[in-house]
Amino acid sequence: MNPMTGLAAIFLAALLTVRPALAGQEDVDPLGSARWGDMRYLFPEQATLRFDSRVRVLAPEVAENPMQVPVTVDASELGPVSEVMVCADFNPIVEVLRFYPQAAPAWLGFRIKLQQSSPVRAAARTADGVWHVGGAWVTTVGGGCTAPSAKAAAPDWQARLNQVSGRQWESGAQAGRVRLRIEHPMDTGLVAGIPAFHLEQVELLADGRSLMRLQLHEPVSENPVFTLKRGAAEGPVEVRGHDNNGNAFQARIAP
Amino acid sequence: MKRWLPLAFLGVALAAAGADFDYRLSAERVADDVHVFVGKTEDFTPANGGNIVNTGFIVAPGGIVVIDSGPSRRYGEQMRRAIAAVDGRPLALVINTHHHPDHFLGNQAYADVPLAALPGTIEGIASDGNAFAENLYRLTGDWMAGTEVVVPKQALAGDRQEIAGRRLRLLALDGHTGADLAIYDEASGVLFTGDLGFFGRAPTTPHADVNRWLAALDTLEAITREPGFRAVVPGHGPVARDAAPLRQTRAWLNWLQMALRRSAESGLDMNETMAQPLPAEFAGLPVAASEYRRSVGHLFPAVEREALGAPR
Repeated sequence: MNPMTGLAAIFLAALLTVRPALAGQEDVDPLGSARWGDMRYLFPEQATLRFDSRVRVLAPEVAENPMQVPVTVDASELGPVSEVMVCADFNPIVEVLRFYPQAAPAWLGFRIKLQQSSPVRAAARTADGVWHVGGAWVTTVGGGCTAPSAKAAAPDWQARLNQVSGRQWESGAQAGRVRLRIEHPMDTGLVAGIPAFHLEQVELLADGRSLMRLQLHEPVSENPVFTLKRGAAEGPVEVRGHDNNGNAFQARIAP
Repeated sequence: MKRWLPLAFLGVALAAAGADFDYRLSAERVADDVHVFVGKTEDFTPANGGNIVNTGFIVAPGGIVVIDSGPSRRYGEQMRRAIAAVDGRPLALVINTHHHPDHFLGNQAYADVPLAALPGTIEGIASDGNAFAENLYRLTGDWMAGTEVVVPKQALAGDRQEIAGRRLRLLALDGHTGADLAIYDEASGVLFTGDLGFFGRAPTTPHADVNRWLAALDTLEAITREPGFRAVVPGHGPVARDAAPLRQTRAWLNWLQMALRRSAESGLDMNETMAQPLPAEFAGLPVAASEYRRSVGHLFPAVEREALGAPR
C-alpha cells in the first residue's frame, strides 16, 4: 500500500467511526479540519448537518491579536433561524457562544479569543431542525485562552463590572443597528490562579419583545462588544443579563 | 531511497532559505561620515530574513556611533563587518532607537561595545524582547539562528551630547512606541528618525499612541527647517533630502485616525472596518493593506469605545 492510500484509508475509517447513523447526510468539511469529526459531538445525536455557504462567517485571515479576533456571523439568508452556535475547532473550550434570534435577524458581530490557528464556525438551526454550517479559517500566533485578561492585573475593574455602553443608529447606511459593550474580564479559568469568570446570558429587548438572546462562554473576548440589527422594532433597547457568578445587570440603549 | 531522503530535505531547506543567509549589506553614504544600510520596504519574510529596517552609523573623531543593530545576530555581525570596511575606527557606542525587534536583535554582535537606549526602551527590550525574538523566528526562520536578546545597559536622556567627539542632539520622543529616540547629527545635518518616520511603506502601530506620534512629528519637522539640515533617515524606506518621510507618515496617521473614527461613528464593527477600501493616496503604498488591517486591530477598540459613549 502506498502512503497516500494508507492515509486515505485511515481518514475514511475515521469518518466511518463517527456517527454511522449520519453516513450519507454529511459532506466533506470544506475547511479540511482534522477536528471536524469531534465537533460533530456538539450537536444532538440525530441532528442533520449541512455545510452551507449561505451561513457566512467573516473573520480576518490573519489575526495578529489572538485575544480580540473579530467575527461577524450572517445566517439571515436562511430565513427564520431558531439558534446559531459558534465554535472554534482548536480552542481548548470549543464552544464560543450561541445566539437565539427572535425579532432581530440571524446576524451578530462579536470578538473571540483563539488559542491557536483554527476554523471558526457558525451552525444555524432552521425550523426543520437542520443545522447549516459555515465557517472560516483564522491564522493566529495563539495563546488567547491561556493569557490573563487585562482586568486581572488592573485594580479597579470591579467598580465597572457589567457596565454597559451602547448606541443605536437611526439613519445612514447602518440604520437599525445596535452596538453595545459590556465591561467584563471574561476569564477562561485556564490561567493559573484565576477562576473562570464570564458573562453567561445577555438578552436584548425592544418594546417588550425579545430581539435576541445570547448564551456566552469563556472564549468570548474581554469587554465583549456586540453588533446586531434591531429588525422592525423601534424605541429604546433594553439589555439585561448575568455572569456565571450571578452578577446581574440591566441597561437601556436610547434610540 | 531512504539514504537520499536527508539530502532531499537539505535541498528543500536550502531552497527555502534563499541560500547563504547573506543580507548583502552595503553602506549608503548620506553625508560626510554618515552612512545607512537601507532595508527593503516589505514585511518580515523567510526570503528577506527581516532586513526590512534601516540601520546606520556615524564616524565620529573618537570612534563610530552605531544606530540600531538590525533584526538578527547574523545581521548584526554582517553589519559590523560592513562598517569596518568603511572605517577601521573602534566602535564607541551602539544606540537602539526603540524596543521593536528589527532595531535591537543584532545587539549580540556588539556585546563588547556600550549599548544605550532610552529608559523606556531598555524596559521594553527586557520585558518583551524574548517574545519579539520568538515571533521573528516564526516569521523569518533560520536567518534568526543563534539570536538572543541583549538588553542595553546605558540609559540615555534627551539632550545635546558630545559622543565620541561629535555633537549629537538626542530627542526623547514617543508615539510609535512608549519611548522613541530620534538622533540629529548637527555636523552633517542628518536626522535619524527611528520609526517615527516611515517612507514608501505604511507605518506600523502595535504600540502606537497616534496623538503623541503626531506631536513627535511636529518636533522632527521643525528640525528639517533649521539652516544646517541635509537629510532624513526614516526607520523604514529610502533616505530623503527633505521632510517627505515625516509628511507621509503624518498623512497616513491623520487618515488612519479619521477613517477609524468615521467607521466607529457610522456603526461599523471591527471586521467591516478592516474591509474598508484604502484611499487612492495610499492604495499603492507597499504593505498598506496589511498594515491598515493590523492597525484596525490595534487602535479600533479604543476609538469604538469613544463612539459608544459613557456606560449607562
